[in-house]
Amino acid sequence: MIKITGVTKRYGKIVAVNNLDLHIEKGEFFGLLGPNGAGKTTLIKILTTLSRPDSGTLTINGHDVTKDLVHVKASVGLVPQHTNLDMELTVWENLELHGLLFGLPKKERRQTIEELLTFTELTEHRQRLAGSLSGGMKRRLLIARALLHRPRLLFLDEPTIGLDPYTRRKIWDLLKSMNNAGLTILLTTHYIEEAAALCNRVALIDHGSIVALGSPSELKNMIGSYVVVYDDQGVTRYNFFSDREAAVDFARQITQNVTIRETNLEDVFLRLTSHPVAE
Amino acid sequence: MRGLYAVMWRELLVLRKRLWKTLAAGSISPVLYLTAFGWGIGRNVTMGSGNYLHFIIPGIIALTVMNNSFSGVATPLNISRHYSKTFEEYLIAPVSNLCLALGKAAGGILRGLTASAVVLVVSLLFKVHLHLNLWFFITLFVSSFAFASMGVLAGMVIRSHEDQSNFNTFVLLPMSFLSGTFFHLDLLPTPLASFIKLLPLTHVAIALRSIATDQVTPYASLGVITLFALIFFLAAVFSINRYREI
Ligand SMILES: Nc1ncnc2c1ncn2[C@@H]1O[C@H](COP(=O)(O)OP(=O)(O)OP(=O)(O)O)[C@@H](O)[C@H]1O
Ligand SMILES: [Mg+2]
Repeated sequence: MIKITGVTKRYGKIVAVNNLDLHIEKGEFFGLLGPNGAGKTTLIKILTTLSRPDSGTLTINGHDVTKDLVHVKASVGLVPQHTNLDMELTVWENLELHGLLFGLPKKERRQTIEELLTFTELTEHRQRLAGSLSGGMKRRLLIARALLHRPRLLFLDEPTIGLDPYTRRKIWDLLKSMNNAGLTILLTTHYIEEAAALCNRVALIDHGSIVALGSPSELKNMIGSYVVVYDDQGVTRYNFFSDREAAVDFARQITQNVTIRETNLEDVFLRLTSHPVAE
Repeated sequence: MRGLYAVMWRELLVLRKRLWKTLAAGSISPVLYLTAFGWGIGRNVTMGSGNYLHFIIPGIIALTVMNNSFSGVATPLNISRHYSKTFEEYLIAPVSNLCLALGKAAGGILRGLTASAVVLVVSLLFKVHLHLNLWFFITLFVSSFAFASMGVLAGMVIRSHEDQSNFNTFVLLPMSFLSGTFFHLDLLPTPLASFIKLLPLTHVAIALRSIATDQVTPYASLGVITLFALIFFLAAVFSINRYREI
């Protein structure tokens, strides 16, 4: 579905995406994790034709992203990191504009808008100006808009940022059901549990390159399935072990407060990406 | 072409939502010029063939169509690129850059023409009778197309809202006053007058005036305006093409 080969994007001296290779199969729910400034948004911008790479090739369904603009755009949906709704238009008008821009025939357009308004629980807010919605409603409208032209591939750049736990779960369910119905999804997030709950494959990206790639359990095995967490004079230390016995043996030697638990995706993230705020 | 309809649909919708505000904002300065320079100062001044009011009203319409067509596109486009980011919604849609430029320009054309219509109505209230024929409205339309295209170009290339208002202050405002809108260019030193004759607004003022007061069809100036319109429009499409590549 997506083939990215040797893609590099520079902003002046900053290398936002660095010679990156990535293949994503049809039907995957793929997660892109990485610290601030890692290059996630830049990669999504390149994939959605908003930005051009300096070098490398990208294809979506065999179409060159930098050349077959019309093909690529028609099959791709985007929920951007920042809200880019037209605040002067109502909820319904934002969707209608999107449908018109993507050339949906009137009957199909109106019908799909109704379905999506129901789906995202925005039906009763349809006549409100987008600017007057709460943050969570705006996010839901962004998702409805991205799905309107029935894309085969959906890019979500931090879709659940600033949402309450209930709304977040609702959006997870929504995305899962879309994925089960055959939609390929690429999502970025800083909520690691979100990636763990949704994604069948995850890439960790740092300084524009992929530092680890695999299913959440593969990534956990990569650093060790068990972790011993203990306090070392005010600094929390993490030691990783591939089996439980080794972890227990190690923990016995620790005199301070100590915890043994299974590794989670957040441990992988912290272990494998650079963090500017010291060790 | 369906993309063009979509872009224009949004512009029309927004214009309709704040029609009165747009009309009022667009016509306040021309009506003030008309009152101060025309009615206040110039009522007893005669100029060439007639009354000073007859002289400046075509000039005021010219600067009105320029300012409204230009700012009606440039400012919102700039905001949608830098602040609200809604321009992305157009860039990810399968709409050609030509349709995008044309649709956005249509918003400016509409604002320019409605504001000019207000000035025409007000001038009727001042009991100034201008000779209005088809050529007058063709000139008005082509001019609004030229300035709206210039607005698309500016909206695409100017990097911030501050630079945008600087452009208005340092380019549009002087052009509004100097391009033969309020006085004959012959009154200026020759080099300055020759330079001003290269500016698009000068030709709009000349063309509108020669139709409205002298009843002569100004083919040469019309040609120049059309040329400006084409150049600005091509540059606007080109600026959108280039924008995608960043
Ligand atoms: N338009 C731009 N001009 C200059 N530099 C940019 C631009 N866009 C991004 N960058 C730089 O490119 C790098 C990658 O940014 P990007 O937005 O892709 O990060 P990200 O992984 O999405 O981060 P976050 O998690 O904070 O959203 C950063 O160093 C950023 O400063
Ligand atoms: Mg980002």
